[in-house]
Amino acid sequence: MTVKQVSVFLENKSGRLLDVTRRLGEAGVNVRAMCVADTSEFGVVRLIADDPDKARDILREHGFIVKETTVIAVEVEDRPGGLSEIIKPLVDQEMNIEYLYCFLEKSGKNAVMIIRVEEAEQAVGALKVAGFRVIPEDELYSM
Amino acid sequence: MYNPEIEAMDREEIAGLQLERLKETVKRCEEKVPFYRKRLRDAGLSWKDINTLDDVEKLPFTTKEDLRDNYPFGMFAVPIRDIIRIHESSGATGQPTVVGYTVKDIDVWSELMARSIVAGMGEKSDIIQVAYGYGLFTGGLGFHYGVERLGASAIPISCGNTKRQIRVMVDLGTTILCCTPSYALFIAETAAEMGVDFKQLKLKSGIFGAEPWSDQMRDKVERVLNLSAFDVYGLSEVMGPGVSIECEQKNGLHIFEDAFLAETINPETGDRLPTGEQGELVFTTLNKEGLPLIRYRTKDITALDDTPCGCGRTHVRMRKVRGRTDDMLIIRGVNVFPSQIDAVLMEIEGVPPHYQLIVEREAGLDILEVQIELSDEMFSDRIRGLEEWQEVIRDEIQSYLGIGVKVILVEPRSIARSEGKALRVIDNREV
Repeated sequence: MTVKQVSVFLENKSGRLLDVTRRLGEAGVNVRAMCVADTSEFGVVRLIADDPDKARDILREHGFIVKETTVIAVEVEDRPGGLSEIIKPLVDQEMNIEYLYCFLEKSGKNAVMIIRVEEAEQAVGALKVAGFRVIPEDELYSM
Repeated sequence: MYNPEIEAMDREEIAGLQLERLKETVKRCEEKVPFYRKRLRDAGLSWKDINTLDDVEKLPFTTKEDLRDNYPFGMFAVPIRDIIRIHESSGATGQPTVVGYTVKDIDVWSELMARSIVAGMGEKSDIIQVAYGYGLFTGGLGFHYGVERLGASAIPISCGNTKRQIRVMVDLGTTILCCTPSYALFIAETAAEMGVDFKQLKLKSGIFGAEPWSDQMRDKVERVLNLSAFDVYGLSEVMGPGVSIECEQKNGLHIFEDAFLAETINPETGDRLPTGEQGELVFTTLNKEGLPLIRYRTKDITALDDTPCGCGRTHVRMRKVRGRTDDMLIIRGVNVFPSQIDAVLMEIEGVPPHYQLIVEREAGLDILEVQIELSDEMFSDRIRGLEEWQEVIRDEIQSYLGIGVKVILVEPRSIARSEGKALRVIDNREV
């Protein structure tokens, strides 16, 4: 029960991020969440879109280097300690978290955590066993 | 072979022919070109002093600057009414120079090009796509006349309009492609985007030249275009393409010695080097009428090899040119040719051939920045994954060239593509 994230390579040049969001907007793709990781020379934009395949195709058409990556979306209670409860079962199984970021659900009660680990299916299992709700693709894209 | 009688001539006979033609050339220069008359007189020499091939060593050099100083027609050995074609050099390294050809010059050039095309697997039945620029550049018309001399079919498409190049290749069943190696790779890239599979095409060989390229780049060109790639060499001052060509042995380029006398010299001292030693290539033309040249310094770095070749051609071979004395970058005292960087990148799986070198001087220290376009294959959304690529490329260059460089990954297509000679180096040092 994993979800698709679209990752884009960007040089650190002014206006490039705007190009990405504008191309998606023009094509009617809605971005649910976005996170940018960068170094002094380049950046990687990671985004959750309502239609990841379309987002990938649109950006590729416009000459961007794009990749779909498999990540996990899990619901976190919006209270102190919520985050570490989620990370613990993954660490217990010695899984290496490559990165994570979160956004708030529309209702505002819960946050959604996007997690990237190498062993995605195994991580989904561990989170479920620990009692967390892993959000399926359809639900995430239409949030 | 197109002309086996000449191309496989006994080496002693070649030397005899060269001596006879060398004397004629020097005589012609002395009698018809005021520039040479003065040069020879200043050196206390006359054509009568040429009695052996080694006597060429006594003669003064001719440089590109001499051609510029005598711009446009000052070095011609015939009046303009005997010139039937004028070309201009690409001016890639400065102001242009003008060259002129008589009826006989075009005839000789056409034959040398026909020999070159045959060495590159050409026959009468071939369909040859000439994607070198037609016009002032010698590439397009040089090849065109060679194809016609051979009796094959020329497609005079010139360079550019890459989608049309591919459509023509597919629809007309091109069997031999002629262009610069960097343009060949650009055609391949565009074809891949169009969904054209080279395995379905009839291309069997490619004759690529006009810029230095490495053996590694050859492997890549052969793999992606699914053909056998041959290096052709020439320069407009001396003639144009067809001065030398690789045979199927791909172990150096045979110089057509009935038309050119080749030497290598130490570029700093001007001393002649023994056969086999690397140095600057120098040509004396042996049967040119319009623009005969004595010991013209090409600035290209190579070594000569006169050992027998498996193809049966007896003419001396020059090693594939690694670079020009004036493309050579000196980075913190180390000589670097762009073709060496090329060779390193070709060795690393997944790295595209599009790169640019930027040289800066920061606080008195030379910094060589290698910008490389990221490919889909290289992209990982982990920052660490991208940094690993930078490290791999940096380490490979370091171990090959012995200098540290800065590797920058850039977005695809952000480095300008060239349809002629690729612009690889931007030197921002103020020296």
